[in-house]
Amino acid sequence: MNRRWQIGFVLAGLSALAFLVALSVGSNSIAPPEVLRLLLQPDASANADVLHGLRLPRALAAFGTGALLAVAGALLQVLLRNPLADPYVLGTSGGAAVGALLAMLVGLGAAWVQFGAFGGALLSIVFVFGIAQRDLSRHAFAGEASQTAPRLLLTGVMCAALWSALIALLLLIAPEARLRGMLFWLSGDLSGVATPWWPLATLGVLLLATLPLARGLNVLLRGPAIAHTLGVDVRALRRKTYLLASLATAVAVTTAGSIGFVGLVVPHALRLLIGNDQRILLPACAFGGGTLLLLADTAARSIVAPMQLPVGVITALFGVPTFLFLLLRRAGQR
Amino acid sequence: MTAAPQPAVEPILATRELRLRAGPRTLVEGLSLNIHRGQLWCVLGANGSGKTSLLHCLAGLRPAQGGEVKLQDRLLADWPPLEAARVRGLLPQALHDAFSASALDVVLMGRHPYLERWAWESAADRALALQALHCVDLDGFAQRDVLTLSGGERQRVGIAALLAQDPTVLLLDEPLAHLDLRHQIGVLEHLELLARRDGKAVVLALHDLNLAHRFATHALLLGGPGAPRLGPVAEVMTEPALSLAFGHAVSRVSVGARTLFVPQ
Repeated sequence: MNRRWQIGFVLAGLSALAFLVALSVGSNSIAPPEVLRLLLQPDASANADVLHGLRLPRALAAFGTGALLAVAGALLQVLLRNPLADPYVLGTSGGAAVGALLAMLVGLGAAWVQFGAFGGALLSIVFVFGIAQRDLSRHAFAGEASQTAPRLLLTGVMCAALWSALIALLLLIAPEARLRGMLFWLSGDLSGVATPWWPLATLGVLLLATLPLARGLNVLLRGPAIAHTLGVDVRALRRKTYLLASLATAVAVTTAGSIGFVGLVVPHALRLLIGNDQRILLPACAFGGGTLLLLADTAARSIVAPMQLPVGVITALFGVPTFLFLLLRRAGQR
Repeated sequence: MTAAPQPAVEPILATRELRLRAGPRTLVEGLSLNIHRGQLWCVLGANGSGKTSLLHCLAGLRPAQGGEVKLQDRLLADWPPLEAARVRGLLPQALHDAFSASALDVVLMGRHPYLERWAWESAADRALALQALHCVDLDGFAQRDVLTLSGGERQRVGIAALLAQDPTVLLLDEPLAHLDLRHQIGVLEHLELLARRDGKAVVLALHDLNLAHRFATHALLLGGPGAPRLGPVAEVMTEPALSLAFGHAVSRVSVGARTLFVPQ
């Protein structure tokens, strides 16, 4: 009981600190007390403009996107009962990338790129869902070996492979002038964010929809046969989980491109720290993922300022070693 | 005027003319089974004779290809999932963990059907889970990670989770797999106690004929031609019936008060 609130306070405190850092740091740094004052009482100064016009929307978008990716990753790891699953494993981001790159290739504006990304992601979600429908709604539990939902995973992985082939094709036929922007989009980038409200609203809906499912997800981790005999509607739960995780991924990718490793590393790190109760883990992932991406984005826009690095590069540089560490630690425990 | 006939006690779990198929093979044909509280049933049969399929069907995990399954007074399919979970529980054959979890947390899952939507496990649920761990001789294992347990210890955690679920009908698919001699007897003695003292109905798939004969009140023998043989243990577990079902000659010998089955 107490522990839940302790974890909540610690994570909320860390998130607030990360916001303060993100809003202070930049080409024109603003002292933290000044940040707090300008947040509450904006005046006509240039600092207030920078804060409210540039840094705050970007920080909110980074936080929302990171939170979506981490929660989506945690959900897919439960759904596939596979600790190595991340939000992109089922091809949602590949579909988004193809849609976005197509829009860029024909020279459409930023709004169309976002539209293309979201459309591509939806197409991929519907495609995988359609093929894996029987797997998601499996009623026969013939042998416990089948409980890792192999068809869903294989369909998603095949779909992702198809998308990456199309991405390679699009990059090859793209004119030189557009190539740089496309590569930037592919590695994940928050500089083009117009409004932070989409990821934040989606995050709210996602948390409201998943928290009532959280205890059922705990039971589902023990396997579909046991979950069924414990009164969980396995079919409905699996479908909801897939759709919620996929929509969260679609919005995140539409906002900021394919930012890797947040969805893989954050749920893992938090599981090690606070255990695997989804009722605590899912909200904790929202805070943790948001904080991580917010800090990574702050680093991406300030390390080699005034140049910007793609934030996906920063999360990967941090994510790959962390992931390998977790993997080796896991092997050592056996 | 004669006294009205005593109404027969309703079976807790019953099948009528049940038919189970796996692909082109018919596993079970025309099975009419009445399982009452206080009985301990053993499902016997060769590999692939349909023991697991039958238990899964009785648990509601797979539909039958004919006939019906009734839990108490209602068709099994008509039960709301959470209500059914308080009446029947299943220990599946293979337990597979993808993530770390403490043994206590795994056992606490058994309390899921009793909790309100937003409720958290209470101190009473915790006490029940610890008691269940005690019943399978796993005192002191509550905080152990299930990924670090041996096969037999993991199997006993699974049995403890079923005990914490506390259903009236306990279905166990080879519960003795991986267990050492002492814990095989310990688990069977506890199940026997649950049937006799608490009026639970226990159905287990088992390969050990000697233990089956010693602990079960009733047996169901799958495989072989015709309808499955079922009834009190002594009537079903005969030399010719067992030899036919397993495709290997089995002799029955008496050692002191015990009856043993020896493969030839």
